[in-house]
Amino acid sequence: MKLREVLSIIDGKAISSNIDLDEEVQMGCGSDLMSDVLAFTHEGTLLMTGLTNPQVVRTAEMVGINVIVFVRGKLPPPETIALAKEKDIALLASKYTLFETCGRLYEAGLPSCGLFELSLRRWRQAFENKQRAPGG
Amino acid sequence: MDKDVKKEVTKLQELTYELKVEHAMTREVITVTPQATMAEFREILRTHRISGTPVLEDGQLVGIVSIEDLIKALANGEIGAAVGEKMTLGVKTLYTDEPLVHAVGKFARFGCGRFPVVNRHKELVGIVTQGDIMRAVLRELEIDYREEEIHRYRASHIFEDIVADETALVFGYRVMGKDFSTAGEASSSLKTTLSRLGIAPPVIRRVAIATYEAEINIVLYTDGGEIVAEVRPEQIHIEAIDGGPGIPDIEQAMQPGFSTAPEWVREMGFGAGMGLNNIQACADVMKLESAVGVGTHLDIIIYLDEKGRA
Repeated sequence: MKLREVLSIIDGKAISSNIDLDEEVQMGCGSDLMSDVLAFTHEGTLLMTGLTNPQVVRTAEMVGINVIVFVRGKLPPPETIALAKEKDIALLASKYTLFETCGRLYEAGLPSCGLFELSLRRWRQAFENKQRAPGG
Repeated sequence: MDKDVKKEVTKLQELTYELKVEHAMTREVITVTPQATMAEFREILRTHRISGTPVLEDGQLVGIVSIEDLIKALANGEIGAAVGEKMTLGVKTLYTDEPLVHAVGKFARFGCGRFPVVNRHKELVGIVTQGDIMRAVLRELEIDYREEEIHRYRASHIFEDIVADETALVFGYRVMGKDFSTAGEASSSLKTTLSRLGIAPPVIRRVAIATYEAEINIVLYTDGGEIVAEVRPEQIHIEAIDGGPGIPDIEQAMQPGFSTAPEWVREMGFGAGMGLNNIQACADVMKLESAVGVGTHLDIIIYLDEKGRA
C-alpha cells in the first residue's frame, strides 16, 4: 500500500517534509510497546503508535521500519523529528485512536505481521500443552 | 535490490528539488539576431554543433529559432529569409533560481528541446537542454555516492584481502547508563558498520535487534557498560558487559513478562520483560552470566552461513 493511500484512508497528515508518497508499506503493526515492535514485526512494516519519544525512531531503525504513524493526534517532539530525518524514516500523523487507525488500514487491505514463534510457543504452553503450567 | 533502486529514485527526485536551473545550464549562449538569414543560422548550427539558439535584439530576448524552423525554411525555398520572420515568438524561459523540477515539468509540458535561462532582470544568462539536466543530476549523484561506495567497497572485501590463519574484526562501543537520549547509538553504529562490511540484511537485522535490546538494558538498569562486537568470517559475537548491579535470579529474569522496570521505563515503551526473550529469539547462541554487585555479561552469537556473508 502506498503512503498516498495510507494518508487518505486514515485522513492523515505528513509530519516529515519531503515524504515520498509512492513509498510502499507491506504490513502494519500497532503498538505502544517498543519491545513488541522489536519482536513482532518484519522489514517494510508500517508502525502505528502513541509513543513519541526518539526511541520509537531508534526501534524502527533497528527493525527496518521506514514509516511511523503517530495516533490520537499526537505530534512528536523536535528531537524525534530530527532523528527520523537523519535516519530517513517518514513520520505521519493520525487523529484517530490506535485501534481505529489500524482498523481502517486493515479493512482497506493492509495485512498484519502474522504469527511469530515467540508468541506461538507461549500460546501452546498456556492452552494446548495441559501437562505444563502456564508460562512454565 | 528493489529497495536500493527505489532509494536511488527518491534521491533523484530530491536532487531535482535541491538543484537550481543555474547548476545545469550552459553559460556561453550562442545567439543570432533577427536580421541574420536562415542560411547564416544554418552555419551557426553547423559550426557549434547545436540544434537551436535564442534570438536577441539589442540584448533583449525576442524569440527562439531551431533546426525545425530551418528545415521548414529549406522546404519552402526560404533559406534567404530573415531569422526574425521564421523564429518562434513568445519564448518560454526559466529563471536561474528555479528548481530543476520546474524545468523537467516545462520540458514535459511544452515538448521543446531547450529553454533560454534569464535572471530576475530578464537578462539572458544561459540555456538549458534536457541533456544538461541529466548531466547535472548525475554529477551530483556521483559526488554523493562516491564516499559511501568507497567505504563499502573496501570494507566488504576485507575478509578476502586479509591473509591470516584467523581473522576477526572487533568493534567496541561505550554505553552510558541512565541516559535515555543516547540509548541506541551503539546499536545504530554497529548496524551501519555491518552493512558497510557487506553482511546480509536479515543477519544485520537480528544483530541490530539483539544488540539494541541489550543496550537498552544497560541504559535502563546499570550505570553504564560496553558493547563489543567481534566479526569473524563465520559468525558475529556480541558481548554486552556492565558493572552492576547484577541480576539476582537469571532464571526468573528470563521468564517472559518478568520485569523490574520502574514506571518511567514502561512509559518509554520498554520494560515489559520481553527483552531477554527477544534477544534469545534473534541469537543462535545466548549466554547470560551475572553476579550481584559485580555486573552482567551477556554473550550473543549469530552465525553467518554462506548466505549471510558478502
